[in-house]
Amino acid sequence: MGWLGDNGMLFGLAVLDGLSYASAVFMVAVGLNLVFGVMRVLNVAHGSLYAIGGYAAASLSLFLGARGMPAWLSLPLLLLSSAIVGAILGPPIERLLRSMLGQEEVLQLLVTFALFMILEDLQKLVWGVQPVVSDAPVKVLGTVDVPFGSDVIPFTAYQLYLLPGVALVTLAGLAWFLRRTLAGRMIVAVTVDREAARAMGINAAKVMLLTFTAGAALAALGGALASPTTSLVPGIGASTIVLSFAVVATAGLGQIEGAALTALMIGLGRSLAVYFAPEFEVVVPYIIMVSVLLVRPQGLFAVPETRRI
Amino acid sequence: MTSKEFNYTNGLTRRAALGAFGAAALALSGRSVQAQVSKPAEIKVGIATYLSGPASVFGVPARQAAELLFQELNDAGGIAGVKLRPIFFDEGPGVDHFVAEYRRLVQSEKVDLMFAAISSADCLACAPIAEEMKRPTLLWDCSTQRIFEEAHYDYVFRTIGNSTPEVLAPVLYLLKYKPNFSTVAVVNQDYVWGRDSWAMFKTIIERLKPGVRVVAEMFPRFGATDYSSEVTRLLATKPDVVFNASWGGDLDTFIRQAADRRLLERSLFVLPLGESSLERVGKSLPAGHIIGARGDHWFLHPSPEDAKRLATFTDNFRKRTGVYPIYPCFHMAQAVYAMKAAYEKALVTKGGAWPTDAELAAAFKGLQFPSLTSSVKIREDGQGLANQLVGTTATDPKYPFPVLTDMVVFPGEMITTPVGKVSFDWLKTLEPEILARIPQPLTSKG
Repeated sequence: MGWLGDNGMLFGLAVLDGLSYASAVFMVAVGLNLVFGVMRVLNVAHGSLYAIGGYAAASLSLFLGARGMPAWLSLPLLLLSSAIVGAILGPPIERLLRSMLGQEEVLQLLVTFALFMILEDLQKLVWGVQPVVSDAPVKVLGTVDVPFGSDVIPFTAYQLYLLPGVALVTLAGLAWFLRRTLAGRMIVAVTVDREAARAMGINAAKVMLLTFTAGAALAALGGALASPTTSLVPGIGASTIVLSFAVVATAGLGQIEGAALTALMIGLGRSLAVYFAPEFEVVVPYIIMVSVLLVRPQGLFAVPETRRI
Repeated sequence: MTSKEFNYTNGLTRRAALGAFGAAALALSGRSVQAQVSKPAEIKVGIATYLSGPASVFGVPARQAAELLFQELNDAGGIAGVKLRPIFFDEGPGVDHFVAEYRRLVQSEKVDLMFAAISSADCLACAPIAEEMKRPTLLWDCSTQRIFEEAHYDYVFRTIGNSTPEVLAPVLYLLKYKPNFSTVAVVNQDYVWGRDSWAMFKTIIERLKPGVRVVAEMFPRFGATDYSSEVTRLLATKPDVVFNASWGGDLDTFIRQAADRRLLERSLFVLPLGESSLERVGKSLPAGHIIGARGDHWFLHPSPEDAKRLATFTDNFRKRTGVYPIYPCFHMAQAVYAMKAAYEKALVTKGGAWPTDAELAAAFKGLQFPSLTSSVKIREDGQGLANQLVGTTATDPKYPFPVLTDMVVFPGEMITTPVGKVSFDWLKTLEPEILARIPQPLTSKG
């Protein structure tokens, strides 16, 4: 097989890897983007929700697995644990952030950073510092052999099907919810202009609570989906939030489809870099961010806003 | 010669004679001319370790080991009747915070001794400060070989080996016992250790087995959660050997993701820090892969110098934490044992009087002290000469995780860069005959 054929096959493998990585990135960033759109607060504690979501899913799976739970039940547990984390932690954090609305942005950022530090310590108190993992969801789905010349490359079905599947369902579900339901339209209205939405009778406080809780649950789901393949350790939330910020800034704040497209670009870019220019692997997300922002400073999908001066 | 000159000379002679008389009298009475220090109420030991962030997977077990060992030492009466008090501080917030804490502990808390640190960056930062503040400092876990190759210190000592033997030992093991390979690849964390360890690996291989082809060099970011692209590329390029010097959650994640996709069945893994992950990754890591331990640290060491000492520590640590001790616990034990041995040596030298900081520091040079498995010697340049254990993973029904078999304990002298030489230069002078000097593999009796 010639050079082109070899590289063509490698390119195909890179696309498969890129899709699964993009799905994981999207799942974390979309919640952050949604929350920023409505509340205009860049929530650093989103990284903690990701980490706690991962720990909660792994703990629940390990706990029930040790008591004879069938392995396939570990999959719906990922959703259940995320919903629980979102429902428990979302409302109190939202209440705190709502009290900061109208304050200087730097102050809001500092408060969410403080919250992040507190939650990081809480996480250490509960789960300790040793890596935690529960790989039942990966094991139960097994592997898929992808042909590669005369050989095969094993992929986990979890990576190949489940992660992209969940990301697609989330994207489609959110798009439908925001455009086709009353509650979704109210969220969009508050995102576009909070004051005008209030003037039209929309309960902005309720919208914020709903959005933040959903965003928290999505962050937790991102962590839960990562937990079967990743060892959860202290600091995992911090490294995640940096990448999420890059996605949100590139996408345009509050843009769901933008987050999906950015995650896809980052996923494919990183994956191709691993194959063809590994030295750039670490910086690819930021090269993409800078390139996009140079051309579209407001982000990929955001509309330029007029500003009263 | 003038009369004045004569008198002056005579005066000097008289003073010299008086001085010599005094010194002789002191020497005859068994005492030397040394500053007198009263015995302290307690010995305060500042201990830098990671209590937050990803490296706390090492830092917290090390603190637990320190608490256990200090308690044992105090229960046995302390050092010459003086009890010890450890004061822990976190390396997590970064080098600036670490340096500030180091200075605060010396100046405000008046610590007698420092154990610092896990991070090589912290060690590089504190060594000149230790010298400036004249505070005896034991580098208890950091591995950078640069410290004693680039500068001379009187107050800084390392109670473990360094990066060079930690990489050289597993590579020699690979060359000696699994020599049938022609392609290699690397997946290392993207920071100094990841880059340096790979540079050493390549240097050694180029010297002792020229012609080996590197098919992939990948350095994912520190703390990466997804290695799917790296694993796929390795599956596609099929290297005979995969070198991975990662640690903590990163190594665990890489092993699991590689195992899920059968990469561990296709390539031989060389994991210089693998010992610290064995209990956590469990059965994910199959038999037949090469594991290092950053020293001869393994709770099932095949030939411990004092089997009871190792077994007692392992049991006590397990009772306290529920897990087996990993290498940072052994490193902490070495710092504690070195401290005890140095105080005892200095006390003997001074005829039982309490040593000054300078006298304590001097006692570390050439010090031989026991470790949990063998003994360690601190050379004249401050670097520790420690043995390195390397083995191959195997299954044992007694343990729910892989254990080690065919273990080779490399003598520290054989694999440590000689005094005054630079590691990378020295590695380029290695001769193939070194393979003939590798000790025979052993299997644990435990």
